[in-house]
Amino acid sequence: MNRFDYIRPTSLDEAIAAASQPGSAFLAAGTNLLDLMKGNITRPDRIVDITKLPDLDRIETLEDGSTRIGALVKNADLAYHEDFAARFPAVAEALLSGASAQLRNAASVGGNLLQRTRCRYFYDTASACNKREPGSGCDSLEGENAGQAVLGWSPSCIATHPSDFCVPLAALGAIVEIKGPDGSRDVALTDFHRLPGDRPDIETVLAPGELVVAIRLPAEAAGFAAHSRYLKLRERTSYAFALVSAAAMLRLEDGVIAEARIAIGSVAAKPWRAKSAEAVLKGMKAEPAFFEKAAREAFAEAKPSGDNADKIELGRRIVARALTLASAGTPTEMPALPASPFAPLPGASANGVAHV
Amino acid sequence: MDFSISLTINGVERRITFDDPRVTLLDLFRERLHLTGTKKGCDRGQCGACTILVDGRRINSCLALALSHDGASITTIEGLAKDDQLHPVQAAFIENDGFQCGFCTPGQIMSAVGLIAEGHAGTDPERVREGMSGNLCRCGAYAGITKAVIEAQKSAGEARTGEAA
Amino acid sequence: MSDIPTLSAGSHQRHGSNIGQPLTRRDGLLKVTGGARYAADNNPDGLLHAVLAVASIARGRVTHLDVEAAKAHPGVVDVMVPGNRPALASDPDEKSNPFMFRLDLLQNDRVRYAGQPIAVVIAETFEAATEGARLLAPTYETEQARTGLEGEPFAPEKVGAGNAARAQSGDVEAELAGSARTLEAVYETPAQYHNAMEPHAVVAHWQGDRLVIDTPSQGLAMAVMRVAGLFGLTPDKILVRSPFLGGGFGSKGFLSSAQILGILAAKLVDRPVKLALTRPQMFGPVGHRAPTRQTLRIGLGQDGKLTAIDHATLTASSTFDDFFEPASDISHTLYAAPAIRTSHEAVRVDTGTPLFMRAPGEATGSIALESAIDEAAETAGLDPLEFRLKNYAEAEPISGLPFSSKALRECYEQGAARFGWADRPREPRTMRDENGLLVGWGMGTATFPALMFEAEARAVIRADGSGVMETGAHDMGQGAWTALAQIAADAIGLDLTRVTFNAGSSDLPNAGIAGGSGHTATAGMALHKAGEAVIAKLADLATEDEASPLFGADNVGVIARDGKLLRRDDESRGEAFGDILKRAGLSNIEARGKAGGDNAAREHYAMHAHGAVFAEVKIDPDLCQIRTTRLVGAFAAGRIINPRLVESQLFGGMIWGVSFALHEEGIQDKRSGRIVNGDFGEYHVPVNADVPSLEAILVHEEDQLVNLLGIKGVGEIGITGTGGAIANAIWHATGKRLRRFPIRPADLLG
Repeated sequence: MNRFDYIRPTSLDEAIAAASQPGSAFLAAGTNLLDLMKGNITRPDRIVDITKLPDLDRIETLEDGSTRIGALVKNADLAYHEDFAARFPAVAEALLSGASAQLRNAASVGGNLLQRTRCRYFYDTASACNKREPGSGCDSLEGENAGQAVLGWSPSCIATHPSDFCVPLAALGAIVEIKGPDGSRDVALTDFHRLPGDRPDIETVLAPGELVVAIRLPAEAAGFAAHSRYLKLRERTSYAFALVSAAAMLRLEDGVIAEARIAIGSVAAKPWRAKSAEAVLKGMKAEPAFFEKAAREAFAEAKPSGDNADKIELGRRIVARALTLASAGTPTEMPALPASPFAPLPGASANGVAHV
Repeated sequence: MDFSISLTINGVERRITFDDPRVTLLDLFRERLHLTGTKKGCDRGQCGACTILVDGRRINSCLALALSHDGASITTIEGLAKDDQLHPVQAAFIENDGFQCGFCTPGQIMSAVGLIAEGHAGTDPERVREGMSGNLCRCGAYAGITKAVIEAQKSAGEARTGEAA
Repeated sequence: MSDIPTLSAGSHQRHGSNIGQPLTRRDGLLKVTGGARYAADNNPDGLLHAVLAVASIARGRVTHLDVEAAKAHPGVVDVMVPGNRPALASDPDEKSNPFMFRLDLLQNDRVRYAGQPIAVVIAETFEAATEGARLLAPTYETEQARTGLEGEPFAPEKVGAGNAARAQSGDVEAELAGSARTLEAVYETPAQYHNAMEPHAVVAHWQGDRLVIDTPSQGLAMAVMRVAGLFGLTPDKILVRSPFLGGGFGSKGFLSSAQILGILAAKLVDRPVKLALTRPQMFGPVGHRAPTRQTLRIGLGQDGKLTAIDHATLTASSTFDDFFEPASDISHTLYAAPAIRTSHEAVRVDTGTPLFMRAPGEATGSIALESAIDEAAETAGLDPLEFRLKNYAEAEPISGLPFSSKALRECYEQGAARFGWADRPREPRTMRDENGLLVGWGMGTATFPALMFEAEARAVIRADGSGVMETGAHDMGQGAWTALAQIAADAIGLDLTRVTFNAGSSDLPNAGIAGGSGHTATAGMALHKAGEAVIAKLADLATEDEASPLFGADNVGVIARDGKLLRRDDESRGEAFGDILKRAGLSNIEARGKAGGDNAAREHYAMHAHGAVFAEVKIDPDLCQIRTTRLVGAFAAGRIINPRLVESQLFGGMIWGVSFALHEEGIQDKRSGRIVNGDFGEYHVPVNADVPSLEAILVHEEDQLVNLLGIKGVGEIGITGTGGAIANAIWHATGKRLRRFPIRPADLLG
């Protein structure tokens, strides 16, 4: 880790001014930034510590009924916020399936959005990586790439965004509130992260000095509370990044799907909202055949970026399963193993098609 | 350039001066304050050996910049036993053989204390296992750890019931 | 070191035999309070911090290191490179015996594996040393790395710890040709890395011509000899302290390059130096379990009996040293067949030298053999347990030797009963749980040799009636501080509370190595012998003294119990230790004892521990995620010194079996030769939620032939049998035979 200047501003304006200078990085908990700095992947000259900024750690309901989550709210505090978890159960479940209790206690929700890929070649500074070092190439393309993207990738970069939290947020139409040197602006979460194209080093729409100050969920997003799930496939039962994950939410009216929301995780450089798959379900009965159809649609554009065709098949299955679980209803209490296939699976056995 | 922060460590307030902004809480304790009970297993938030309580919450001290924690109250493994009386979690770890080599143990115990304070796991073994999954144990003492946490949770519950009565 | 502070003895005070009692760990108090001092917890005055710079190429030469940039970083004191590394008395590449592994001590600019140390940065602080190491920005002349098992194979003469690479009995080809049915299957196991929770660390302190080292060691006496040879010191000038190891699993059996480099760094700067590996640095210079590709050919008769087992292993070693994973050897001991053949071949690859890793050979071989046996049972149309009983080896198959003891039938019986094996449907894919998850039950046989090494111990009885027992034993979590103290106390007829037990330091008698599951037996026997010797001396004093109630009892003999010597033929007549010594005018009396294998017995008997492991897995039928929901193991391993600790050891081994079957794999980039998942985030070992239910049954077994104490050892057997049991359970759940480990969700697709 390089030596850096350390600044701890007490006002937002001061923080933004400080971070507008080249080589600056905002520090919240540091659960990702310090890891990247220890790996010499990120070497900021100046750390702008925002942990003492006022008013960024609140969860509030605004007049229009939307829910506003301050960027410094801790992952665990949001997940265990009773009112929030009741209205957005899949978000709470996604949060609790991520990382470990220790990391969730420290990590901020703003930092969760901004966490960087876990691509092994991005982390290995001896490897070529266009994201870490623009123009150097991508050693993952021909390397160990079983976990890489199947949607939205480019020959420049096949890395994925690892967040669990962002997946249900994308499905629910979350808005990212940004403040910067030129004032404030709102960006839909689905537009916040960029696909790699030929500049995978530019990962979000944030300009220098811009800070995520809050995440908003619109009032109507709470309408899915009764039928919301997040499901995550992992190589161990806990404390692992997703191989692939899915958030599914349904608004049912008399057994008919009035509206569906679907997003997929760990398949692209951004949380992947599957709008065309949602459209497949609109007006349909909440039945497995339609869930399978929607799942196929969600991956209609998918293609392997390496040795990862399996991910497409597993992705389809997890979307179908998440929809099945959502239609069965949000569990009355948080499963002991959040987002796990080994959480009890109400209704999954009756009509489920065994693929294995 | 020197930096100065104030920390309450195991109940004692201390003003701490150091010359490097890069120091994490973990390295501050281990290398500068010689509080070596907290262990470094990975230094990257991937094993839980460095778990401490900051303002009552369990976190990984390897991914916590010391400078950023000015004013915090911290409990490490050295501060758990009171007046030579082991904390119930410590006693339960011994009784249930919740460790072998002992290297992950300070982190496991601090994590267990944090988990019990959070109050989400209760005595449900599956919730305890999930809640303790941020602490790797290469020796494989997980069965004893789970039993120890549940036992300590129960005794904490009984203590509360006793107080209420 | 001197004895450790323990909890006040009250609740665990024992009279009579200390052996067999489920005492809690004597080092428990230190370990739960943060008071147990591991190597990197030492901070002597004037300490500097050293950080390794390691190669990012697997083969080639270092062409440049920016030493000036590193030195310019504030706090950096010096940089050790080949040009200024202090001279050594012997060549790090010298290999004068098979257990002397070649080291990378900056002897030149050559790089022979990724992760090899190429420089050491020494600084006032850890932070400065770390950044200094990065600033070296090495450049290389890179050659194409050799990876994988596809290279030109050759036949090593010896594998493992000097075992013959090939063995056979009967005519395998003839038996296979005449078999009613045959099957052939290829199993693959990956490179695995020990990854003890404690990264290797050393605090080295030169005190004039004397050297004090705090470093984790599974073999203190060997460590002293290695340092003595490299530095040209006599062993008496070297003190190695290792009171606690934060896990070893074989990777701390021999001092690694990193530990020696810490000593060299201290010499270079003439100040105490601490050097600890980072987690990624644990994936290179400290050994690993080599990958294998094992081909098993099995012949079956009409009656379901095995006619032949042919077990051929292809493995990999480094380009510059020899260690060959002896995976096929597992087939020497488990199943009876008229013809058995085992063989090994190897390729050379650009990695660090593989080493002993918990159950070296047995773990890798077991998962393949137990899978193949399950496939054979299926082919024979028999229940896997019935098949194993039908092919039960009454004598050790290749050698033909009788077993010194073998309670495997009882293990099968008790394990199966506890697990509920009788209810298992034969057909796969027939069980579901209430949530629709596929359920499968599988089993495997566990086995590990009962090894003995050589060790010494010292026993002292003091005039106050207390005792001191000591040997330089190693506690890496298996419980030496406790189990050996229990043996030691019995050896001199005292309650544990009356005995000071010293261990963990090289200035104590040589306790051999903590490896091969033989430490309790070996160091325990040395303590037993030392106790016996000191009691004999004490008895001589008493029986020759007319004033003693034991006068003249030398013919009938005496026994030591509760601090007294008693006449064997009349236990009402006896005398306290202290009284005997006081009357003789002695403040204490001491003796030494030695242990080693009884070669005569070992020539005539095969000595192994055995066990049976039963596994339940659940698998999501669509998403393919796998969880080991239940493990029951029944083990017969001779005499159990402390059942509480033994259960923990067995659990630990079984969890390693879970890890072998489902998690662990060092993934090497085939182009660069670098491990791409070299950290705990991506190199997965099981977490707590991965092992919801474990049971270990300790099956009674007496064996007077392995050693007088009857101890076989339990440190490694748990990993054997378990991996195969899980793979077999996955077949039973899904109908799919997966032969590449670890088994991942995507492997179940299709």
